[in-house]
Amino acid sequence: MIAELGLAALWLAAALAALQLVAGAFAQRDGAAELAALARPAAIIQGLLAAFSFLMLLILFARTDLSVKLVAMNSHSAKPMIFKLSGAFGNHEGSMLLWITVMALAGALIAAVERRLPERTMMATLGAQAFVGLGFYAFLLFSSNPFERLPEPALEGMGLNPLLQDIGLVFHPPTLYVGYVGLSVAFSFAVGALLTRQVTPDFARAMRPWVLGAWIFLTLGITAGSYWAYYELGWGGWWFWDPVENASLMPWLAATALLHSASVLAARDALRAWTIMLGVVAFSMSMVGTFLVRSGILTSVHAFAVDPERGTFILILLSIYIGGALLLFGLRAGTVAEGERFSVTSREAALVFNNVMLSAILGIVLLGTLYPLVTEAFDVRVSVGPPYFNPVGAIFVVPMLIVMAVGPLLRWRQDSVARIRLPMVIAATATLAVLFLVMLTSDIGILPLLGLSLSFGLAIASFMPLRGRKLRMLPLATWGMVMAHFGIAVSLFGMACESAFSEETLAAVEIGDSAEVGPWSVALSEVRPTAGPNWTALEGRLMVSYDGGKPREIDPQSRNFWAPPQETTESALVTRWNGQLYAVIGREAGDGRWQLRLWWKPFVTLIWYGGVLIALGGVLALIGRLLNDLKRRSVKSRGAARREAQA
Amino acid sequence: MKRWTLWVPLALFVSFCALAAYQLTRPKTEFVASTMIGKPLPEFALRAAVADRPALSSADFRDGKPRLFNIFASWCIPCAAEAPQLEALRRRGADIVSVAIRDHPEDVAYFLARYGNPYSKIGADDLSEVQLGIGSSGVPETFVIDGKGVIRYQHIGDIRASDVPVLLEKLEEARR
Repeated sequence: MIAELGLAALWLAAALAALQLVAGAFAQRDGAAELAALARPAAIIQGLLAAFSFLMLLILFARTDLSVKLVAMNSHSAKPMIFKLSGAFGNHEGSMLLWITVMALAGALIAAVERRLPERTMMATLGAQAFVGLGFYAFLLFSSNPFERLPEPALEGMGLNPLLQDIGLVFHPPTLYVGYVGLSVAFSFAVGALLTRQVTPDFARAMRPWVLGAWIFLTLGITAGSYWAYYELGWGGWWFWDPVENASLMPWLAATALLHSASVLAARDALRAWTIMLGVVAFSMSMVGTFLVRSGILTSVHAFAVDPERGTFILILLSIYIGGALLLFGLRAGTVAEGERFSVTSREAALVFNNVMLSAILGIVLLGTLYPLVTEAFDVRVSVGPPYFNPVGAIFVVPMLIVMAVGPLLRWRQDSVARIRLPMVIAATATLAVLFLVMLTSDIGILPLLGLSLSFGLAIASFMPLRGRKLRMLPLATWGMVMAHFGIAVSLFGMACESAFSEETLAAVEIGDSAEVGPWSVALSEVRPTAGPNWTALEGRLMVSYDGGKPREIDPQSRNFWAPPQETTESALVTRWNGQLYAVIGREAGDGRWQLRLWWKPFVTLIWYGGVLIALGGVLALIGRLLNDLKRRSVKSRGAARREAQA
Repeated sequence: MKRWTLWVPLALFVSFCALAAYQLTRPKTEFVASTMIGKPLPEFALRAAVADRPALSSADFRDGKPRLFNIFASWCIPCAAEAPQLEALRRRGADIVSVAIRDHPEDVAYFLARYGNPYSKIGADDLSEVQLGIGSSGVPETFVIDGKGVIRYQHIGDIRASDVPVLLEKLEEARR
């Protein structure tokens, strides 16, 4: 019954999306006001229905209803409740339902609260949102129905991939999805504005909070995903340039560029066509990423059930939406009047420069991700990894970081370098001082060296915009920018330290023996069996001490899950303020010795603290923007009331 | 901005679509073929998975008779799907032995009671050691083992009706 309710709600939601599309389209003509009035309510009800449908799927998973194929394939009655629930979106069909739910809810939210846009643009936006939604409803209903029943109920479920049975994975996919799909709003805004040719500062102001919201979730999702890969996969790395990681990074890069260009459009009425294009590109990157992962044409550690028919379906959707939007862009962008001019030394110019750099990085990541596909067409199998991404990316990251330090100090429209000479000299001195200091004291690679020194310069420069300003009067959005830029510096420092100063030890130790890694001494005191709700494990008891200090106990495990059978390593971490000890226990070597893999990673945690700071900066900016809008709205309505009273 | 530059994004996207469409039409081999084909079975001796069938060891394969060696588990849905085909193979004279992967005796017994028991011997492979040893990467898989205990053929995934004659033929080849 519950599965049928969910499916019915999904069909109804799809029907409402169709209604919303028709209403939005008719609203573009005069004299269709009655139909146009349906668009907003249709969007809101559609959002509620999609959410209801997703709730039904959660209930099915909570109850482990094995008559539903998806549950039988991806769940197991012996799983803890929280992983039963997260199993609902740990698979292709469920995650697509989550996708469409987020998209419908975002559409509902714009319909409910967005009042700044001209009505025609608003209707075109809602229509575009419904048009994109319809394709995904069709995909779900015709080729990936999550509510499909089995001819007879399964005896037991097949279980969820044990790597996914982790608390990080409960939050990581929904967070990323809100980010990915939130960008659909920017896409619809861009298409709406192209259709009605209304690319104005007001449009940028209306779009900005939506992009900001999606961007915050993307930032958090990527940060959480990276930390999960770091401690769960047991490989000791935090970023692998895997296609799925790239698929989340590319929309983030586009959204970051979009945020900044939308600021230029909002403040200075410049970069009109560019902003529109980024709006289209950001969500396109979400869709392309999804396609690459789900169609199975790229091989990745994130294996989703692979099905060429689904791949074809998504590819058709992609070509309709992205192709259509880019076609519209080619036809219309030329008629969107060029915006205001600005001089080479100005805030706009710095933002344009960084936009170009971000786009170049995006291009590099996209190329690296697709390159194996290109060569495979000529029967050459290659895999593209860090040796390409790191140095080639750095070519653009380094100038971007330098301009990022300087840009916020510049004034809009026109400025002189002389005015900001002092802060520039301070930041440059800090950078060079660290550069020479590190070069003299240690022998590390060029990239970590640059990262390390630039992180100091950027950290100092990020606070410079506060210089000479009344801190209490400073807008929240400026605080947000300062915090986000500082977060980049923090994260960069963590990355550079991790790659420059990490130490690794691979040792086979007998019980009672010890191994050294960096300043740590690690003694294996016992190996004992232990068990969880759906796994058994061998747990090593390690006594670790930092620099001869007081020893403490950590217990890395090598786990065996039985449904489905899979072996995973549960690393054990010790976090200090200056870094992390990372311990993995492997198999018994056969002669009573156990394999221990140990890493000492100085300041590695700063990578993720930096990510959190960046997202918090976004939150501050978002709050600032929203408060501003509320203020403006109440001023406007008070003004209107006064005018009415006078009349 | 020059007019033609506005079309660059669309051109790039079209080439992406062409590439992706081309790749989609090409068959992908998702299966991990065993590297053990042509080699003898590794040595093993497993306990019996259920009370009413004998246990399985590598010595059982060296009696000069070719066999089907099925890898299954009670928690595996495709294994239930291939049960009728295994039964058909048994009726047409194939001797089928198996290992149950990471299973519990009562679950295996329930599975066999429900879907039929075509096996003459069933070993309990609690740590997947035999499975990994013969180069199988999933359940179900079915191997043809000749009378000297050499692995001759690997079938990956559930056995469909159309696979039955193929397996019988491979079994016949192994007899020669």
